[in-house]
Amino acid sequence: MDPFAHRTANLLVGNEETEATLEMTLKGAIMEFREAALISICGGDLSPSVEGIPVPLWKPIYLKKGSILHFGYCRSGARAYLAIAGGWSVPRVMDSRSTYLRAGIGGFQGRGLRAGDELASGEPTWLGGLIADQLAGRLHGAAFATADWGVTGEMLPPYSVSPCVRVMRGNQWDWFTEESRRSFLSEPYRVTPQSDRMGYRLDGPLLELIEQKELISEAVAFGTVQVPPEGKPIVLLADRQTTGGYPKIAQVATVDLPLMAQTKPGETLRFAEISREEAERLLMARENEIRQLKTGILLKYT
Amino acid sequence: MMEATFQPLGDQAVVVQFGTAMSLEAYRQVRRVSAMLDRQSLPGMVEYIPAYTTITIFYNPMELYDWYKSFGPADLEQDSCSPYQVCCHLIQDRLDQAVLESEEAGRTVDIPVCYGGELGPDLGEVARLHQLSEQEVIEIHAGGDYLIYMIGFAPGFPYIGGMSERIATPRRKSPRLSIPAGSVGIAGNQTGIYPMETPGGWQIIGRTPLRLFRPEDNPPSLLRAGDRVRFVPISIEEFRCFKEGSS
Repeated sequence: MDPFAHRTANLLVGNEETEATLEMTLKGAIMEFREAALISICGGDLSPSVEGIPVPLWKPIYLKKGSILHFGYCRSGARAYLAIAGGWSVPRVMDSRSTYLRAGIGGFQGRGLRAGDELASGEPTWLGGLIADQLAGRLHGAAFATADWGVTGEMLPPYSVSPCVRVMRGNQWDWFTEESRRSFLSEPYRVTPQSDRMGYRLDGPLLELIEQKELISEAVAFGTVQVPPEGKPIVLLADRQTTGGYPKIAQVATVDLPLMAQTKPGETLRFAEISREEAERLLMARENEIRQLKTGILLKYT
Repeated sequence: MMEATFQPLGDQAVVVQFGTAMSLEAYRQVRRVSAMLDRQSLPGMVEYIPAYTTITIFYNPMELYDWYKSFGPADLEQDSCSPYQVCCHLIQDRLDQAVLESEEAGRTVDIPVCYGGELGPDLGEVARLHQLSEQEVIEIHAGGDYLIYMIGFAPGFPYIGGMSERIATPRRKSPRLSIPAGSVGIAGNQTGIYPMETPGGWQIIGRTPLRLFRPEDNPPSLLRAGDRVRFVPISIEEFRCFKEGSS
């Protein structure tokens, strides 16, 4: 759901960006590490701790064999991503390690994790091994060791409990009344409890078409804002369908998808319009930052 | 080749559209472009999603940008490079050079459907709207000659064209939160089948016992674009006794 947190969590432990991470929503797990491990936790703050000592987010962390990592209440955001050097070992299904709950496929037996499950990790990369060795040398009997570097504040998306999410006009923007278009870009919308990884159903001023039209079904994307006839917008997210037939009023800029993913039911968000060119520029700038992070980590250890 | 228009779908996809109305000609263009992309992908392409009149190409903007830096025209300002514009040019070039191949013939697949009752809660509503009896709606639906235009929405969901206008019905005002797997629905003049339990807005008139999404198979979908489909009415007893492979 939060591609930025997922990808950077992997980079911090020397993995490829596409390795499997564990996504925990609102409530985290308590897990025992039977071997020493290099991990990182990115995204929402679910109060992770080891032996009662808070574990920092957005940094490489070295855990001793037998450590118990404890997640508590959700302090900020909605979803935390736990990466381990070597990646969580799950089979590739249709070229992906993701879990798709609705179809019961992928990830760990196609389902969410339960108490008692045992997960293995893959072989750490050469870089992951170097980071782990360095941190292991700095333990000095502490509960865990933290690197003195990580993803810095200025690189983080502006996560917030009531974020301003930038959008481009959707391909049916012109189908909506002027008042609806104005409301959409000026009024707050609340995330309803009927929201999940497929889509966020929002509550706010109703959005109306100038005239009723049936759209021929076509592709939708991560961040498409579609509006069914009742007028409440739905933002399609990670587990979205591939195509849809409701008019699309807007499309969330890719750089702001993490902001959506880290809001939870009951919180509100606002939409602000940007051009496609601006969205592309922001996206390329973000991707360049991620590339620099990757290069920076490599240079530290070579 | 039919005239194509381009529209962005956000900052990582291009919608290539052939005409504004559902037609066999638009469908054939979409199939040809799909076949062309299967033979040779575009630089930076992640995937494509074919639909009735559109094919949407998703790309990785950084890969496109890198490709453009290496192979793009030297006289253009690199700072002004828009991945969307680059992708549109690449697609247009391909369309201009496209060799049109005749499409392969699809199969015909029989779909048993138990209409109405608990398995088809909107059958009554569809009948009332068109002042038909439920039996007449069933006969019209099962009597049609259908073509699968696309697989989309959920894994293995067939969008089926060719349904009679006499039973064409708009989508529900608000989508249901959960529709059972196998449900047969109507949206406008399209009909389709839900391969798994998902939320959805189509009018549900019946259910098939067939399993449409088969992740263990390759391809993982029972039905494919280009297949012809016949709906065969079955009773609730036949629905319950249905074993795959026995039909």
